[in-house]
Amino acid sequence: MTIKGSAYIAGAFEHPTRLAKDKSVAQLHAEVAVGALADAGLTKADVDGYFCAGDAPGLGPLAMADYMNLKLSHLDSTDVGGCSYIAHVAHAAEAIMAGKCRVALITLAGRPRSEGHSGAVPRIRGADAPDTQWEFPTGVATVNAYAMCAARHMHQYGTTSEQLAWIKVAASQHAQYNPHAMLRDVVTVEEVVNSPLIATPLHRLDCCVVSDGGGALVVVAPEIARSLKRPKVKVMGAGESMKGQMGGEVDLTYSAAVRSGAAAFAEAGVKPADIKYASIYDSFTITVLMQIEDLGFCEKGQGGRFVADGNLISGTGKLPFNTDGGGLCNNHPANRGGITKVIEAVRQLRGEAHPKVQVKNCDIALAHGTGGLLGSRHGGATLIMERE
Amino acid sequence: MAGKERAIPAPMTNPETEPFWAAAREGKFLLRGCTACGKTHWYPRAVCPFCFSERTEWREGSGRGTIYSLSVMKRAPEPYAIAYVTLEEGPTMMTNIVDCDLDSLAIGQKVTVAFKPTQNDGPPFPMFRPA
Ligand SMILES: [Zn+2]
Repeated sequence: MTIKGSAYIAGAFEHPTRLAKDKSVAQLHAEVAVGALADAGLTKADVDGYFCAGDAPGLGPLAMADYMNLKLSHLDSTDVGGCSYIAHVAHAAEAIMAGKCRVALITLAGRPRSEGHSGAVPRIRGADAPDTQWEFPTGVATVNAYAMCAARHMHQYGTTSEQLAWIKVAASQHAQYNPHAMLRDVVTVEEVVNSPLIATPLHRLDCCVVSDGGGALVVVAPEIARSLKRPKVKVMGAGESMKGQMGGEVDLTYSAAVRSGAAAFAEAGVKPADIKYASIYDSFTITVLMQIEDLGFCEKGQGGRFVADGNLISGTGKLPFNTDGGGLCNNHPANRGGITKVIEAVRQLRGEAHPKVQVKNCDIALAHGTGGLLGSRHGGATLIMERE
Repeated sequence: MAGKERAIPAPMTNPETEPFWAAAREGKFLLRGCTACGKTHWYPRAVCPFCFSERTEWREGSGRGTIYSLSVMKRAPEPYAIAYVTLEEGPTMMTNIVDCDLDSLAIGQKVTVAFKPTQNDGPPFPMFRPA
């Protein structure tokens, strides 16, 4: 049994705000839901499945489902960090295939920028988590956990800061065309490597933005997709996994994408070479590099060479990525970038990306995310979609 | 040498891990190993993460290891080095490298355990210094 072709992404909406001092988190969730349903041409009354993760205020999906006054036959609040929403699309397809719902709404929203969050400040991820007592005292934050992966990758494979910088350069090339992007200035490799070190070897411009906002998706059964006017984006395959410290057999050189990617490609029946556009989670430049290797776009250890010289820039590169500017330049709402990854892939497949970054004949796209901390324990989710 | 040192939060212990922290107060570095499969793991658990046996026991560690990876947090009031250290006994653990010039540290460097006091009279935390 497979979810291939069992569901379609009919609605996608990214909140235009990047600073929402005057809004509540619940309000942002509801606003993106309104936007995604309008995009699909559906109404709240059509929704019978709801998906959200840890950014939704309240207990699991209950408070937000009640705020929006949804009438539901299926609820799911799987939380694997920032990639949760990519997994939610697959879970929605599974639920639709099993007849549990026909119109699934997925929402993400948050306001870490208004609340003054920083990825350089250690924070407890569950006081009762079994790892907290062994790790929180070390000052593990977000950025230094990813930085240790970068340091090891450099040591083991000779990856350089200049190669990592090319990832930010490509994102900035795309962001210049996105009027909503938080950072729209095109940057150079020199500017990235000369920006201040935050946690060695990562510089300020190796890090994503901290932004308020959100996004929503509407995943529907095939007969509903056929009744709507929007271009049809079919779910082809998906995979999810996690990777931790393996009882102390730590290996920082690869991610959960090794397993989630292989599963998604197998289910979709396509190869990395078939992917015309890829949304790759870019919490940090190193996140992108490792995921590109692990998804099979290049050999392990060759990611530095692969991303260099503009290979990720739409129009010139071999693998156009994050054409909205990604988390590095555009938006990272709630410190969780998974939903914007799917949204930009949907834009590309519909031919609705900005003309300057739209990939020609974009028929197959991939979205992949990493949630939690790449350097300690993280979730991974991969989704492959096709324009029909 | 390092400048002003960061205040280290006290680990929140529980009944499963209390013996480790009690030993730490006496300067002993304990590891948890399995009598079924023989392997030593990190962080310490009652149930072996390799073979799922409940026949695990405390063993005194050598305190010697090698830096597997590290990152110096520059954007902090008191910069500090987080690291993974691979212990002589096998497992690799998240920790800090202390009592040294942080900019001189390198992957592959030999280190030895150094317990550091934590806030609010908490148990000392296992960190490492260059050997
Ligand atoms: Zn065992």
